Amino acid sequence: MRADLLAEPIAGLDEALGAVGAFDRALAGGLLRPQPGQAAGPAELADAVAGTPLASRVAKAAEKSAAGAASEDDLVVLAAARTALLGSVHDAIMARVDEATGRTRRSGTAPAPGEPLETNLLAAARSWLCDLARAGWQGIDHGVVSGSAQVVSAMLPNPSLRRLAALLDGFAAELAASWPGAALERIPVRRWADLWSRAMLLTEPGAAEVPAAGAATGRLLPLGVDLHEHVTAAQAQVHAVFEPADGTALSLVRASASALKPDTVVGAGVWQLLRPCMSALTAVSEGRSMDIADMPITVDGDLLWNDERARLGEPADAFATARVALPAAVAFATAPLDRHPARIAEPVFLEGYGIKEDGGGVLTFSFAGHRLAVDADRVPAAGPLTPEAVARSSACIGLLRWDAGRFSVQPLAVETTQKKKTVAAHAGAWAGGTADRAGVNAEKAAAEAVAVLRERARRLLRK
Amino acid sequence: MADWEESSTARVIPPAQPRKLAKVPFVELADGRLQGVVSSGSDIERVYVSSVEAGEYAFACSTNNNRPCGGARASFCNHIRALIDEAVVQYGAERVARYLRVEIVNAEPTAQSITVGMSSTCPSRADTKAAAPVFSRFLRHLAYLEFAPATAPLPEMQWFPPAGAGA
Repeated sequence: MRADLLAEPIAGLDEALGAVGAFDRALAGGLLRPQPGQAAGPAELADAVAGTPLASRVAKAAEKSAAGAASEDDLVVLAAARTALLGSVHDAIMARVDEATGRTRRSGTAPAPGEPLETNLLAAARSWLCDLARAGWQGIDHGVVSGSAQVVSAMLPNPSLRRLAALLDGFAAELAASWPGAALERIPVRRWADLWSRAMLLTEPGAAEVPAAGAATGRLLPLGVDLHEHVTAAQAQVHAVFEPADGTALSLVRASASALKPDTVVGAGVWQLLRPCMSALTAVSEGRSMDIADMPITVDGDLLWNDERARLGEPADAFATARVALPAAVAFATAPLDRHPARIAEPVFLEGYGIKEDGGGVLTFSFAGHRLAVDADRVPAAGPLTPEAVARSSACIGLLRWDAGRFSVQPLAVETTQKKKTVAAHAGAWAGGTADRAGVNAEKAAAEAVAVLRERARRLLRK
Repeated sequence: MADWEESSTARVIPPAQPRKLAKVPFVELADGRLQGVVSSGSDIERVYVSSVEAGEYAFACSTNNNRPCGGARASFCNHIRALIDEAVVQYGAERVARYLRVEIVNAEPTAQSITVGMSSTCPSRADTKAAAPVFSRFLRHLAYLEFAPATAPLPEMQWFPPAGAGA
């Protein structure tokens, strides 16, 4: 990988992010009574998309919003403009990533989504989000925040609304933990505007659907597991190289498992919830490949996992896959609405780097004078990969990410040398279960916690 | 600071720590209160809904059938004490003290110093009106275990890095 390219500035990036930032600050103050100095935020957004087909619609929405009179439709338009702008930022960053990794990327056209369902709930969610935008982050109070609970509860049982429900639930929990907004010392301005805009777009019927575009048959060679988690939901994504049975090009794919959870289920308990629905997690823990047949796959490389279409295969070392198969694998372009810098998680294989550690335990890999920050914060606690192992590593499988103006690498696995032997540690090693002593204890404690909750639910919930 | 405000993945909620749930299956810092559900020591069918208000420390404790707790007349009952202990395990003493606005002078807060800090102000008893909503939030919380896991990708979860970062 050419780390030098990652350090070079990207043309137009600062201008695009400047317009996003102006809108984000307006959102922090609330769109109902635009604060002096913030009223220009939506207008800057409109200027930034002036040369696009969105121009006139966004200009009108910005004008209405400056007057504190934005309708729900206007707010959707502003969210769309912000999303489009960050989409262009995503594309510029990805072009740089592909240049640095030498990776080929192919894009396809997603099939049209099916008939939208539950439009009433989508409308209710939108109405809540609009109240939120009018109040602004500084105006969050208990009343505004608690308004989401009913909508989310109604959405949860419906799998087709899971995407929006999980987002709203995680977002609302952060707002609830932060009220009163007027007393906040600092506001996660970019983050909350991101979550708000994404949720607004997902209230558009059909927007959350990315239907299967084909089926995959062949061998899956896992690289590692990326875990995502908020108080009431978790997702594990297995990144893998797919070797089609028909001998066509290798490609980079993902397989996901997600679950809703009580906030007291953490650590190993999360793996326990996710494990039963995806055997690919077992494959990662056991260091094996998988044979898949007719597994549905989306246009952006997400396998829609079904255990009945998969079986565990031969042993497959992730580092061998990373050294041999990964350089040849073709990547899929991101689905249009998902284009956002935070969505970037590009599998890379790194070796021959130097390691620097500052006093605070923050690690940096260096490549011939160029530095790449290590995002060790994203490594799950319930796993054997430790900062010490990363700091002693000689090779690393990671996800290249971009946030707050810089690239970083999130380790999925590292190789270290112990007593002259090469040893691998995987962040997701416990995903499918473990015999490691620390892991077994964590598993036992987590299983007890869930057992208590199920017992309480059995006695109290059914009445 | 500027970095944090410009980060899409800024951490807003500190990770919750795992804890044993047998005694206190549910605890939260919400609605301006430390509140939760405490299992009865003597009757497995019964739970107590307990709470302490931030700032004034007015406390309440009653069963899920709205019978007042005999121990919570003049001061904190054992259910409330257990609630504070478990909140400290889950959220950390510092966060609990800050939320409840308990000032601990010249020392790191602990579950005990938070409890003493509040009870020494002779707080008054609150009514038990909050019990029903807290209990229903607990039931809603339990219901999360009833939903089957799924394998359709949730791209928005990219914004939520794992909570208990190990490395």
